[in-house]
Amino acid sequence: MSAVLDIRKVSKTYGTGTAAVQALDNVDLSVAPGELVAVMGPSGSGKSTLLTIAGSLEEPTSGEVVIEGTALSDLSSNDRARLRRRHLGYVFQDFNLLAGLTAVENITMPLELDGMKAKQARHEGMRALAELGLADRAGSFPDELSGGMRQRVAIARALVGDRRLLLADEPTGALDSDTGESVMRLIRSACRDGAAAVLVTHDSQLAAWADRVVFVRDGVVIDASTPTEGPESLLTGGEPGR
Amino acid sequence: MSVRHALLALLSEGPKYGLQLRQEFEDRTGDVWPLNTGQVYTTMQRLERDGLVESDPSDTFEGPQKKYQITPPGSQELDTWLRTPPGADAPPRDELVIKVLVALRLPGVDVPEILQAHRRHTVAQMRQYTRLKEDAPQDLSLLLVADAQLFRLESVVRWLDAAEGRLKHHSLDELRVADETLRLPAREALR
Repeated sequence: MSAVLDIRKVSKTYGTGTAAVQALDNVDLSVAPGELVAVMGPSGSGKSTLLTIAGSLEEPTSGEVVIEGTALSDLSSNDRARLRRRHLGYVFQDFNLLAGLTAVENITMPLELDGMKAKQARHEGMRALAELGLADRAGSFPDELSGGMRQRVAIARALVGDRRLLLADEPTGALDSDTGESVMRLIRSACRDGAAAVLVTHDSQLAAWADRVVFVRDGVVIDASTPTEGPESLLTGGEPGR
Repeated sequence: MSVRHALLALLSEGPKYGLQLRQEFEDRTGDVWPLNTGQVYTTMQRLERDGLVESDPSDTFEGPQKKYQITPPGSQELDTWLRTPPGADAPPRDELVIKVLVALRLPGVDVPEILQAHRRHTVAQMRQYTRLKEDAPQDLSLLLVADAQLFRLESVVRWLDAAEGRLKHHSLDELRVADETLRLPAREALR
């Protein structure tokens, strides 16, 4: 199956001359439908830049980003905005919910901006909330929800409609480990339903939910894990970690 | 992991046969710690020698299998063990730390690359434990065992990350000089 996201030889430089900082250097990354890829690196390694470029929130200095077969550089800015609204979902550490809108309105807004009728959008929004166990909180404002609930609303917004690519930057950063785990289970289940996802994190426990882990340092992919070995081998190797 | 005390814990629920003990031990540790039959029997023999278990006098089953029950000193031993903190020798002889210290002193060795090799391997192990959790969201013992392993492995990755940060700020030459010329009290204390 062809990749949902294909990043080809992408470089990004901020500033010019002696003040130039190269955030990404010739990075390749491909993510297939149903696949969750973690990008792991320390602060300043370029991992968040990689995500904003993958999400077309920023343009690369060179190289190409292809989403579902379409090169972003071939699209007008209007078409790119439409692609973002329709097919990409973002989940950030600080949730990025609009405080003046209810949970369901936060989810339906991008759909309505995209021309969907209010009634249909509300139907989609309620369904997305129900899937994440939040149907009864549809009318709550973000400040009336716990951190875990807010992140579930953000995930519902990221997955509503025909989203094919989920981009997450430290999505559990502000949550306790139990709530964080339930967020990762939701992202995994979105992948099982066919979405592709990129997760950017410095946290190994989070990265461990991925099918594949890519390690970045100073804007360069230095290493990548081999495809996931099943858990069976843990059961035959004696005491773990020894 | 103290197999001895885990077996005492199983017997505190009532008398059991050796094979049964092995099966229950594996069930409760989420199958993560396989135990061979020989291990069970030698452990039971030692527990019996120490008076912590005895054969169940009410067992009339005529076969090679022996049924054990816990004794009052066994129950006391179990209770003490549950409350005793696990051994925390400082500093532990951590093989990974030793490898990295050795690598620092070898000419021509790419230490960050060695750190990354361990990071990749550790994260791969963490992925396996996470997959276990993902596949069995209802299995409480397995979830607890996997969590414990994940937190332990995470601490390894964090140490690797911290070590990489240290390497950036200290040149290797500086380390070698320090090693030869300094005998700081703090350093002596680690010996």
